Amino acid sequence: MADERQTEAEPAIELVGLRRVYGERAALEGVSLETPVGSSLVVLGPNGAGKTTLLRILATLLRPTEGEVRVLGCKLPDEAWKLRGKIGYLGHEPLLYRDLSGRENLRFHARLHGITGAAAEARIEELLEAVKLAHRGDERTYEFSAGMRQRLAICRCVLHEPELLLLDEPDSNLDIEGREIARTLLGPGLGHTRVVVTHDPERHLPDADQVLRLEVDEPAAVS
Amino acid sequence: MTPSRTAFAAILGKDLRAELRTLQSLPAMALFAVTSFVIFRFGLNRTSLSGGLAAGVLWATLLFAAVLGINRLFVAEREEGGFDAIRLAPIDRSVLFTAKVAALIVYLLVLELIAVPIFAVFFLNSARALPPLAMVLVLADIGLAATGTLISSMAVNSRARDLLVPLVLLPLVVPLMIAATAASEPLLLLGGVSYHRFGTWLMVLGLYDLIFALLGYAVFDFLLED
Repeated sequence: MADERQTEAEPAIELVGLRRVYGERAALEGVSLETPVGSSLVVLGPNGAGKTTLLRILATLLRPTEGEVRVLGCKLPDEAWKLRGKIGYLGHEPLLYRDLSGRENLRFHARLHGITGAAAEARIEELLEAVKLAHRGDERTYEFSAGMRQRLAICRCVLHEPELLLLDEPDSNLDIEGREIARTLLGPGLGHTRVVVTHDPERHLPDADQVLRLEVDEPAAVS
Repeated sequence: MTPSRTAFAAILGKDLRAELRTLQSLPAMALFAVTSFVIFRFGLNRTSLSGGLAAGVLWATLLFAAVLGINRLFVAEREEGGFDAIRLAPIDRSVLFTAKVAALIVYLLVLELIAVPIFAVFFLNSARALPPLAMVLVLADIGLAATGTLISSMAVNSRARDLLVPLVLLPLVVPLMIAATAASEPLLLLGGVSYHRFGTWLMVLGLYDLIFALLGYAVFDFLLED
């Protein structure tokens, strides 16, 4: 709802000394940054530097071990329940059921987000048209190629018109046309705040308002 | 927040639709039950069973058939990212528990619609026990579904899932099985249906259902945390 949206005066994401450990190994150590509303944060770093961990913490899927995390004005993990529904998360897994069709998957996610009836159907058709899957929408997703599943996952991610997009390698498995479609739906320039984890800086750095470099066993650097 | 009834209908509908398409749980459960009855029939070399023996054969078979379905209850959520999808949605996470309990109750009722008539044909002389037995079945199904859903959600992330579910579940449902067999025993007497202490055992079943339904509802949110 409009009155619940973040004002541009306060940052969309505020991290102070964020730390996350798995057992005795620190996946994230002392990450601090402020990301303004509507901007794009690009996260770079080698494998194992904690990029996906950071994204999952911001998505409320993981708890921080130490430090302060505030996303869209909600303090995590205490106020995670307020944040859910405002996030569009595109991770390594498409979060789609293989035995349901594309339309059924999107309908399921729409209902979880409280979008039902004609509004849900109209939004689902609009998105399927946008990703050029309308003609295959009634097929079970186990018949889809990896690229088609990624296109459908993008639909799932933006179905509920989230304020914050958390994107982990959003272009993975996509061909050139798919990448253009992803850009159309995921921005930049659509008003979302975006966090993009990528191994393809050439493609995403031109859109970045802020860059976070994570290294294994080294302090994070924000530029 | 999304209304709980909308989320409940979405999750339950998704589970039933997927099961109808893939038939991953129900056929295995039904085949196990029917095969067990055939083995009991020829192993015991009896054309009719009475009282406690009949109740024991019925409930042991239904319990182990149910374990097959319980093992698979959260597999799609784990392997296809359903847990994350549900954790990202603005819903009361306990809705996942209630929807899974409802799905499991549906599976158990379908199993019993197939297995109990076959049990009656193999071992009973009349069908008079079946109407009151249906009450016992429904109450036991609720308890088994609540306990099974709770244990399945805990075991699903373990590689030893198929071992963990029976190891943890079976001791927990011993009171439920005692009450179910005790309630069924007088109904299955060869001499005719008796209602001796039937009401008492139904109350025990109801109490077990209430305890485990409330326990599951209360702790399920914590089980979904990382």
